[in-house]
Order: sequence, then structure tokens, then C-alpha cells
Amino acid sequence: MSNVTPLIEAPAETASSRRGFLLRTLRHRPAAVIGTVILVVVSLVAVLAPWIAPYGLHTQVGPVFGHPAWKHPLGLDDGGIDMVTLLMWGVRVSLVVGFAATFVSMAIGGAVGVIAGYFGGWVDTLLMRITDYFLVVPDVPLMIVVAAIWGPSLFHIIIVIGILLWTSTARVIRAQVKSVRERVYVKRARALGAGHTRIVLRHVLPQVAPLLIANTVLTVAVAIFDETALSFLGLGDPSTTSLGKVIENAFERAAISSGAWWAIVPPGALVALIILGCSLVGGSLEDALNPRLRVAHLSARTFRLRPLVGRGADAL
Amino acid sequence: MRGIDYVLKRVGFAVVTVFVAVTINFVLFRLAPGSAVTNLSRVPHATQQLRHALEVQFGLDKSKGAQYAIYLKQLVHGNLGVSYENEQPVSTNLRVALINTLPMVTLGTIFSIIIGTLTGVIAAWRRGTPTEAVTVSSALGFYSMPTHWLGLMLIIIFAGVLPTGGMTNEFLLNPGFWQHLKDLGSHILLPSLTLGLVLYGEYTLIVRSAMLETLGEDYILTARAKGLKPWTIVRRHALRNAMLPITTLIALSFGYIVAGAILIETVFSWPGIGRAVYEAVLERDYPMLQGAFLLLTIAVVLCNLVADLLYFKLDPRITE
Repeated sequence: MSNVTPLIEAPAETASSRRGFLLRTLRHRPAAVIGTVILVVVSLVAVLAPWIAPYGLHTQVGPVFGHPAWKHPLGLDDGGIDMVTLLMWGVRVSLVVGFAATFVSMAIGGAVGVIAGYFGGWVDTLLMRITDYFLVVPDVPLMIVVAAIWGPSLFHIIIVIGILLWTSTARVIRAQVKSVRERVYVKRARALGAGHTRIVLRHVLPQVAPLLIANTVLTVAVAIFDETALSFLGLGDPSTTSLGKVIENAFERAAISSGAWWAIVPPGALVALIILGCSLVGGSLEDALNPRLRVAHLSARTFRLRPLVGRGADAL
Repeated sequence: MRGIDYVLKRVGFAVVTVFVAVTINFVLFRLAPGSAVTNLSRVPHATQQLRHALEVQFGLDKSKGAQYAIYLKQLVHGNLGVSYENEQPVSTNLRVALINTLPMVTLGTIFSIIIGTLTGVIAAWRRGTPTEAVTVSSALGFYSMPTHWLGLMLIIIFAGVLPTGGMTNEFLLNPGFWQHLKDLGSHILLPSLTLGLVLYGEYTLIVRSAMLETLGEDYILTARAKGLKPWTIVRRHALRNAMLPITTLIALSFGYIVAGAILIETVFSWPGIGRAVYEAVLERDYPMLQGAFLLLTIAVVLCNLVADLLYFKLDPRITE
């Protein structure tokens, strides 16, 4: 466990070449471009919702489950509220939950990963055992249990998702920190008398940051999915309108048996689109940044195998 | 004797994990709102006798430490308390639900393995072509969909063609064996198809990258040089080794299967363990929720253990 050597040593990069690297990644991967476009558009809608939403979020503008029409392209929901308006506000709340929960999990996962990787020894063993435990426990049932006991509120949802999602971040960051720690410039900094805090903040974190970003984007996807699931099970905040809440509401009020597909198809499709966007961006970034993923066995499991350098995807 | 060492280590970890889960379970539910002491005995409409019997059984008048010891002892005997809902022992409820869940989840997993392996192999073999782009992007698409929403979509599409709720047709009186099986089969199709579609994307991606890796090995080159047919190379030489990560992934994805089962059973009113969780949440049926959570956790931990041991058995290259 203690001395994992990376299969492929990533070259040390300056800040500008790292930025160039990100841009190059985006250019060579159409998936990343599509994902970025999706996320930018969705985020814009979320930010601008109060100004661009055509109707009020609580104003009834027509009959219950009104059909799609020129004035309401996606019809009306069970309260006669315009679906387009509802979706815009829903995206806003879902993204807030996604990002806030991710922020919580990044803070925990990043801290655990950096501390475990940097200090090693028994600290590492202890933290990784805890991580292993959280990795094994099925997180959705645990989220349900905690949310059910704690009561429904947006804040609780964010915290519950956040404190259960940090494991993969912690592991990825730890592996990276372990390899960065052994680099010559870190050793030099230590020899020059730099303290742990300074080394971690100035020398280790900047190297790990791109991977942390990739991981963040992937975590946002999971957090949004989890919010949708919790809302569907009746554990969402009753006073807010997230996309998960919109789906749950339509399901509860029998949108399907009323034939009101427009009340239930678009919100789910929108969630799928956001998750797809996150997966495309996060996946491409991680692919480009994490050398371990180039070996299929390592991406599936954390076992160390005999190095298979020089084979792999590009050999055929 | 490295092998035995490894097995012992994994088994030890599984045991510790289960123990931690059991403890967390105890702590979480003692924090539940309402008077913690009466939580287990707070069965609505319960007679004074049942309430008293439960209080004695779980030592609810004793200290927290003593309660914990009693809780462990009762757990070993399979006593998880009494459901608030139907006043049956939680363990009985769970057993019924588990028996209902297993066929649906198994069929769904089989669907996902078949679809995932096929599309993964195709994507790897047709690397760089539109075929690969289509298989990979549709896998990602299904992977992105919220589980319950995909279930609802299938209901919209297949409404009228296939039954969309429940496990059997309740109006079918005294069905024969085959009739019953056919009825069950038509009810199980949509839920397990939903599970299969949600899960298969991950298999596709893993199969694809594992296949790409094995296709680059020297023995594949040898096989090609021997003039073997491409399909023979895929089936006999590449897929066998590429299946290694897949076997573990199947066991590892059990956590997702569990999450999926909760959502799917809620959508399709499938009377299994997932639906039991949903109903327990709605009714704030804490003993039931506690029992279901414990059962699910233990199942996932066991599956992970199986995955570890299987991988060790299948791939002697592992050194940990």
C-alpha cells in the first residue's frame, strides 16, 4: 500500500503549458466540446432564470395539465404552471444542489486525499480504511436513511450527498499526491525548510488541481442524480422546485395516466442532459490527466499489476 | 502462502465493515427524532403487552452501552424488531421482500451484461468508426438517465402492451403453473429492462477499454499471424482475458443495483426490498428502514468480498 509508483511519470508542467494542455484536450476531443457546450448553456439558463423565465413560478396560467401550445411550448403542469418556467427554475435549484454538495465532498475528499498521500504511514492507512468503508457502503440507501431521520430540507440534502460522495476524490488525489511528493522540487523545498502547510499549498495542490477539477465535474453529475433520486422518494425539500421535485410531482399527480407526457419527459431529459454533459467533460479531462486510466485494469480496480507499458489502446 | 494471506485480509476487512455498519445503524437510529428510547417499541396500535415485550427484549430502559450489547445479541438471533406498518417481525417482512427482489434484479443484471458485453466488444473491434461512436454515445446516454425516469419512459412507451405495475395479475384466479409463470414474466420484463438499460453503459465502457488493451497484446498478433478468423480471435483469445475486469465489475456494481432497485421498484410497484425502503421512508417505519439498510449493506459488502476473491482467483498477476 505504501509505495505505489506511477506507471507513467507525468512530466512536470508550468502553469501556461498546463493551460495549453487543457485547451489541446478540448480541441482533440469532440466529446469534451459537446459536454462543455451543454454545461455552459445549462448554467446560463440557471443563472438567468429569474429574468428569462416567461411566467411566474407560482402563477397559474392555464388549465391543469394544459396541452403544449404556442404560448406554452411544453404545456402546463398539474397546477397550471408553465413547464418552461418550471424547468428553468428547476435547473437552477438542481445545479445549486449539485455544486454545493460537490463543494462539500471536494473539501472532505481533497483534504483526506492530500493528508493521506502527503503524510503516508499510519495516517494514510487509517484514512484509507475509512475511505474503503465509505466506498463499500451503498450510498443511496445510507442517504435515504440519513435524510429520512434528519428531515427534508435543501440544506440537509446537500450535506447528506456531500458527506457520502468524497471517496473517489480522496483516492484519486491521494495517488497523485503520493507521486508528487517524491518529485525533486518538493524535496528541495523541504530541504530549504518549508513547512508542511507551505509545501502542500504551494507545491502539491497546484499539481493536483487539474485532476481535482475533473473529479469535481464528475461528482456534480452524481450529486444531481442523487438529488433527483432523493426527491423522487419524497425526501426532497417540499418548498423548492428542483428538477427531481418536478419529476416527483408529475409522477405523484398521475401525469402518466392523464397522458400529460410533457410534464414528465422534459425534466428527466434535462437531468440526463446535464449528467451527460458532466460525464463527457469530466471523463475527457480525467482521461487526459490521469495516467492510471490508460491501463484498463487499473481503471477498473485498484490492484497493482505488472506494468503493461507500451501496449494498451494505441498499440493496435 | 501469500494467497491465504490475501484471502484472510479481505475477509477480515469484510467482517470489520459489517461490524461498523451494524454500529452506525445503531447510532443513526438512536438519533432518530422522537423519544429514542421508545423508538423500537413505538409500534402504533400495539397492545401494551407487545410494547412491553419489545422494551424488555431490547432493554430500552437500560443504558446506551447495555442497549448496544442487547442490540448485537438480538441481531445475531435475527431479531430486528417489529414493523410499525403491519406489526410483523421486520425479518419476516424482509425475507418476503428479498425473495421478490432477487429474480427482478438478477434478470436486470443479465440484461445489462449481455447488452454491455456485446456493445463493448463491437465498439472495441470497430474502433474509430461511426459504429464505435454510436455504441459508446448511446451507452453514455442511458448511463446518464435518472433510473426512475427511464422506468417512467418505458411505462409511457409500453403502456397497454405490457403490465406496468405489481408482480402478478391479481385478477387471475387460481392460475396454473405455466400461466402463473407467463404472468410473472410479463410483469418482470419492464422493471428488469429498466435496470439492464441503466447499468449496461458502464459495462460497455469497461469491456471496450479492456478489449482494446488485450487486442494490443502479443498473443493477439500471433493469432492474427496464424491467419485465424477475426471472430475467433475476439471470442477465444481477446474476450476471455478482457472478461477479467468485468467479472469484478459485476459484483462491484451491486451497490448501484441496490440503488436502482429502490427507484425501479417504487416506479413499478414491485413488492421487493426497494419498495420496502420507500414505504418505510413514507411511513417513517424506522425498524423496517433500519433492517432493510442493514440487509442491503451486508449484501453489498459480501458482493465486494466475492469480487475481490474472484479477481484473485482469475488473475494470478495480482500483487497487493
